[in-house]
Amino acid sequence: MESDACAEKDRVVVTVLDPKFKYEVAKEPGGENIKYCFQCGTCTSGCPVSELDSKYNPRRIIRMAILGMRERVLASDFIWLCSTCYTCYERCPQDVRITEVMNALKNMAVRAGYIHPAFRAQAELIGGHGRLYEVDEFTNEKRAEIGLPALPASSPEVAEIYGMTGLANLLSGKGA
Amino acid sequence: MKYAIFLGCTVPVRNLSYEQSARRVARELGIELADIPEFSCCGYPVKSVHHETALLLAARNLALAEEKGLDICTLCSACTSVLTETSRELAANEALLGNVNRSLGAIGRRYSGKVRVKHLARVFYEDVGLEAIKKAVKRPLDMFRIASHYGCHYLKPSEVYDHFDHPEVPQSLDRLVAATGAEAVDYATKKECCGGAILGVDENIALQMARAKLDDIKANEADAINLICPFCSVMYGANQRKIQTKYGTRYDLPILYYPQILGLAMGIDAEELGLSQNPIKPKALLAKIS
Repeated sequence: MESDACAEKDRVVVTVLDPKFKYEVAKEPGGENIKYCFQCGTCTSGCPVSELDSKYNPRRIIRMAILGMRERVLASDFIWLCSTCYTCYERCPQDVRITEVMNALKNMAVRAGYIHPAFRAQAELIGGHGRLYEVDEFTNEKRAEIGLPALPASSPEVAEIYGMTGLANLLSGKGA
Repeated sequence: MKYAIFLGCTVPVRNLSYEQSARRVARELGIELADIPEFSCCGYPVKSVHHETALLLAARNLALAEEKGLDICTLCSACTSVLTETSRELAANEALLGNVNRSLGAIGRRYSGKVRVKHLARVFYEDVGLEAIKKAVKRPLDMFRIASHYGCHYLKPSEVYDHFDHPEVPQSLDRLVAATGAEAVDYATKKECCGGAILGVDENIALQMARAKLDDIKANEADAINLICPFCSVMYGANQRKIQTKYGTRYDLPILYYPQILGLAMGIDAEELGLSQNPIKPKALLAKIS
């Protein structure tokens, strides 16, 4: 019974596939070459993350996207596991540019409401301080002690860019 | 040689000794580094979340350097790749540059596509050159065996880096190490990723990635790891003890930033290179010199 339940969860149901999904990915910056993939698996065989945990498998993710498994891809936790090392990008014989395809999928996931909490936290910090880490008074004092110049604690222009592109609204849950 | 120095997010807060030694050694070698305090995050961490925002953050940084008439010198490999990609994309795609400038105009900035970007290690390798570096060495580090960690974004995507080094058979850092008199250690996992980019997503996988390389470098009996990226330093330096505790291993492997290695070879005082501030104290290493 247990194996049946497992098979049910993993079954690909043709009627819930979205054949247009791959064209949407191809319209995203970085996703343009997704349809060139011929499933050779060079990406997965050299992937340092796949080697340690099979739940991240770039060949499989691309196959799922081409099949049109929109929700399973965008709502997944595995698309966030790409370490952006570009090994697959360099080796892909079809120039799929997998690292950038993963970025395209993550961008789509964010717009569908599935941003990973770690990436949300990073994006919020940068929107607030202009940098990933706040340069507070203590840091500037430490910097001054060894002769390094002071840095500002915020960047109003970065906050303006977040407003302009709609990222500020996306992060606050108001939609783009 | 004059560049705008791009610090990024991690270096000026978590890797002060990297910044300190980079400035000190650059000065000694006649590389002038100008500060632009308005620089922000390069855009890399936002690229996975919102492409357009990352593009504008990178373009704004390029515009700031262009206002001063300077190219950019980076210390972080992720900053290097995002800024290089963006500078090349905007130089080649007029329509995209037009769109970017419509947005930058709203914050009073404009970019015309002129700025080029280089990692400091590449500046040493190409602009200063190995011969000049060898001439600057006053105290050859021939008592050290040093394993270089190239990381990912210093070399890849290789198409944006004019093929100055080979992504599958990289040599620039080993040659820079050898130029100081130290022995460049070859090891099997040399090209592997540190795991830093997914530390916040799955700490387990990220630490295992870092561990594999620490194991390998230790087995090859290196005295230190040569690093050129602040986030790789977080993985091999700041997290080295955590990895030791988690997996019951023992490394005590000092991490050194390349400018510190070069600075030591040039005879600059260890304190001026911030060596005592590194996450793994290189005491035994320094004792070998004196």
